[in-house]
Amino acid sequence: MVPPRCGSQFAPDGNSETRIVMLLKDEVEMLRRITLFSGLPPAKLKLLAFTSDRVMYSAGEALFYQGDIGDAAYVILSGKAEVLINAAGGPFKIAEVEQNSIVGEIAILCNTPRTATVRTSTPLEALRIRKDDFLKLLADFPEMAVEIMRVLADRLAQTTAELSEARGRLEPVDA
Amino acid sequence: MEPRLSRYIWTHTRKDQLWILVVVALSMIPYFLSFDLPKQIVNGPIQGDGFDSPEATQAFLSISFDLPYLGTINVFDGFQLGREGMLLALSLVFLALVVVNGLFKFYINTFKGRLGERLLRRIRFELVDRVLRFPPSHFRRVKPAEIATMIKDEVEPLGGFTGDAFVSPALLGGQALTALVFILLQSFWLGLIATLIVAVQAVIIPRMRKRLLVLGRERQLTARELSGRVSEIVDGIGAIRGHDTSNYERADIAAKLGRIFKIRYDLYQWKFLVKFINNFLAQVTPFLFYAIGGYFALQGRLDIGQLVAVIGAYKDLPGPLKELIDWDQARQDVQVKYAQVVERFSVDTLLDPKVQAVSTVAVEPLAGPLAAVNLTVTDDAGSTLLDHVSLQVQPGEKVALTGGGEVLAEAFGRLVWPASGKVVIGGQDILDMPESVTGRRIAYASSDVYVFQGSLGDNVLYGLKHAPLKDHVYEGERASHRKWEVTEARLAGNPHLDVNSDWIDYGAAGASGPDDLLIQIRPVLDAVLLTNDVMALAVRSTIDPQRHAEFAAGIVEMRSALRQRLEKEKLSDLVVFFEPGTYNIEATIGENMLFGTITDQAMWANALENHPFFKTILQRVGLRDTFYEMGIEIAENVVELFRDLPPDHPFFQQLTFMTAEEIPVYEAILQKVRSRGKAEVPEDDQIKVLRLCFDYIEPRHRFGLLTDEVMAKIVAARREFDEGLPADLAGMIEHYRPNRFIASGSIIDNVLFGRIGHKHADGSEKIRAIVRDLFEAGGLYNEVLAFGFDYNVGAGGKRLTAAQRQKLDLARALIRNCDFYIFNQPLLALDQRVQEQVVRNVFSMLDQSGRDPAIIWVLANPALMELFDRVAHFENGRLLNDANVDERPDYKEMAS
Repeated sequence: MVPPRCGSQFAPDGNSETRIVMLLKDEVEMLRRITLFSGLPPAKLKLLAFTSDRVMYSAGEALFYQGDIGDAAYVILSGKAEVLINAAGGPFKIAEVEQNSIVGEIAILCNTPRTATVRTSTPLEALRIRKDDFLKLLADFPEMAVEIMRVLADRLAQTTAELSEARGRLEPVDA
Repeated sequence: MEPRLSRYIWTHTRKDQLWILVVVALSMIPYFLSFDLPKQIVNGPIQGDGFDSPEATQAFLSISFDLPYLGTINVFDGFQLGREGMLLALSLVFLALVVVNGLFKFYINTFKGRLGERLLRRIRFELVDRVLRFPPSHFRRVKPAEIATMIKDEVEPLGGFTGDAFVSPALLGGQALTALVFILLQSFWLGLIATLIVAVQAVIIPRMRKRLLVLGRERQLTARELSGRVSEIVDGIGAIRGHDTSNYERADIAAKLGRIFKIRYDLYQWKFLVKFINNFLAQVTPFLFYAIGGYFALQGRLDIGQLVAVIGAYKDLPGPLKELIDWDQARQDVQVKYAQVVERFSVDTLLDPKVQAVSTVAVEPLAGPLAAVNLTVTDDAGSTLLDHVSLQVQPGEKVALTGGGEVLAEAFGRLVWPASGKVVIGGQDILDMPESVTGRRIAYASSDVYVFQGSLGDNVLYGLKHAPLKDHVYEGERASHRKWEVTEARLAGNPHLDVNSDWIDYGAAGASGPDDLLIQIRPVLDAVLLTNDVMALAVRSTIDPQRHAEFAAGIVEMRSALRQRLEKEKLSDLVVFFEPGTYNIEATIGENMLFGTITDQAMWANALENHPFFKTILQRVGLRDTFYEMGIEIAENVVELFRDLPPDHPFFQQLTFMTAEEIPVYEAILQKVRSRGKAEVPEDDQIKVLRLCFDYIEPRHRFGLLTDEVMAKIVAARREFDEGLPADLAGMIEHYRPNRFIASGSIIDNVLFGRIGHKHADGSEKIRAIVRDLFEAGGLYNEVLAFGFDYNVGAGGKRLTAAQRQKLDLARALIRNCDFYIFNQPLLALDQRVQEQVVRNVFSMLDQSGRDPAIIWVLANPALMELFDRVAHFENGRLLNDANVDERPDYKEMAS
């Protein structure tokens, strides 16, 4: 008997003969590798994974568009995507994201329009975490909220540091 | 409206009132005849008066008159009857009189009832008619629920009173007067006493009742307030729960109910006090008769026979008198109610009925410009919203309003009325123009949308229903019923416009009739991006394959076309099709085992636990143990995931296996499994565990339970299930057949004949696009769209999203061929990107259709300025800038 699943591997093209299915527990593993979630207890990560959708994109599809109201964050399980912003001369690529990263997480924490468009560059598989579900989890389990807050504060500290560094570099030019 | 109810009733029912008076007078004849008859029967045939010998006879039905000077004239000598014959004849006459009296009563009551109901219908219609003509500012002052209560409940007693409005006082007054005159004739002094007491009653009682009326008015007002508050609670439930103010609302309602109770209790106290005094006065008269009359009789100043006659006559007086007083009470009561309602509906600036007159003729296009002339608009508080604005829009011109042009748009749309200045078309004030012109040649849409309860199609075509254009043809019984409807409507002062007529103005939508209407409005639906929404609603609907046999066959044919298409586009993995010999990984285990769908979920759940068939079938196909193991694993996963969550948590909506209440049950079962071993768990609990498997979908739940072997076994079990299924279960399962329409499935289920893969982002979106294409290719598109139009949007359109409602409103404005379109930020619920797309779509749609209407669009986004000829910029209610787009380099810049 050949089991139709094997651990944490999966086929990004999705039409291989032997179905290889990523299981809930594998997703939990994946979520743990995301800094935002790394400190959360496994049971909560499992609930987060269960309430999220597994979604697949082919190359060139948009996960979301700049300016739309965000309703979900995406944890990329496999594949790559480009982060684009609208500029005068058309879309402009500012970054690339791949496996083990999360995109659109700002939108599930506060009500802002998407600040960028994310479009896949290869076939991509992601876990879509809906804003409502995520906020509900935070409300029910304050220890999760504290953990998320810690990560965000870390990030803010880092950004602030980068900003002052960038200012320091710019000032001589301005002067 | 006429402020006095009695006059209102008299004006509208004069003829009927007079007729009923005549009938009542006529009915008195048999009524009095029947009084005399029992005496005749007893004295004549029974006691033998006039039948001195056994052979004696008497004349029956002899008609003769005693006339002065002429003596007795015999018209008819009558029949000579013996004693038994006479008894029978007189008894029969008595029976006949009973019947005649009954018939009179029946006729009078029905007539009075009809009279009242007609008047009620008239008054209710008049009130609603007034609501339709209220000035816009009035709607901010009234609560919808209060208006509804007034029209529904408060005027209701008026109907009951109408029939008695004139008949009762005439009849009862007559009776009371007769009795009084009779008493006066018997004895002047005793008669005077009786008259005096009656006068006291007539003066005191109505005075005491004044307070009752005041209380009654208060009761009416507080009850109306209550209904207004209740509807506020229902409407504002979100805000109440969101702010935890439910107890504040409770306190407020309790206080209101307390006030109502106090008023009502006061009412009771007074009512019964009045009753007591009234009864006392009525009883005091006989006391005076006995005491004073008796004293006079003892003194010998009064004949005893007279006294007895007076007392006898008096017994006929209190009855009618009491009823008369009751009638007066009812009269004042309804008069108060009526006056209250009329007061609330009397508005000085009511629209002239001529403005809303029905017009079935086509309206000429508006040639002149739409212009605001020195227009000032203020709000209720008196602050200026629009300050002396003058702006002219030529036919065909495209004008963008920015920086607060909403109020001007509303004034153009006649939603607000000017405080000074006016809005004119070709020099004529739009408020004086008939709505058959302004409401057909000008279209207005804003984001404040109202969607009526009914089908989506009704709402989309709502803007075309101005007048009954084509009469509905009635046949046979329906025709005579329609005739009756028209007559009744006329008699009650209602219009007899037929709601079943074809009201849709096809010409205004550029169509020639119902057949090409959908084709004509398709571009509009496409432009506002509503088509996909309608389509999505359509494909999710179920249809009756028997009624739409051809369509159902077409859908079944599409199945293979869909497969080919998906193969061609390399999207085969988007849908997992149902194959008789293969496991469908995207469907539940239950669905796979039955290879069909459940038509009765409740029966199915019951059968699963109790029916002997299910107890044995799993054993037979060798899946009992596997399923048991799987069920335990599912239960463990679910319990682990959901144990900590409160039972009303929204996550439970995602849980298909069990309800929140069942979690502890399964927790207990798992406990037993752990302590006793799997095999030792009671049979009932085992079945509960087995049940869980039927809802399991591997890619959705991802617990990793299905192996190839298990799937193969499940597929093999299909035949067993199919053939062994007992007759009592067969009805609740509809089997999948590749060439048959699944009646319990939606249209999309039937096209797919499979399940959309869970993990495809927007998989259903993609599939829908392909299916739409296929519908178009197969010529089924419009037919499917029509099913979407049948979708019931719910009360206030609540079954649509806000975005869908706004798109619907925009479509409903655009469908009608107008000269001026006023769009007041109509798409606020949509993403900015989509809003822009719709604006562009609308411009190009109008361009392609060859129509060149004027467009006035209130915009928040400068990126779209390039589409317009002119931009009018407002600030603080003043028109700051009005210039052509080309002459405004700053706007051009912003637009690029």
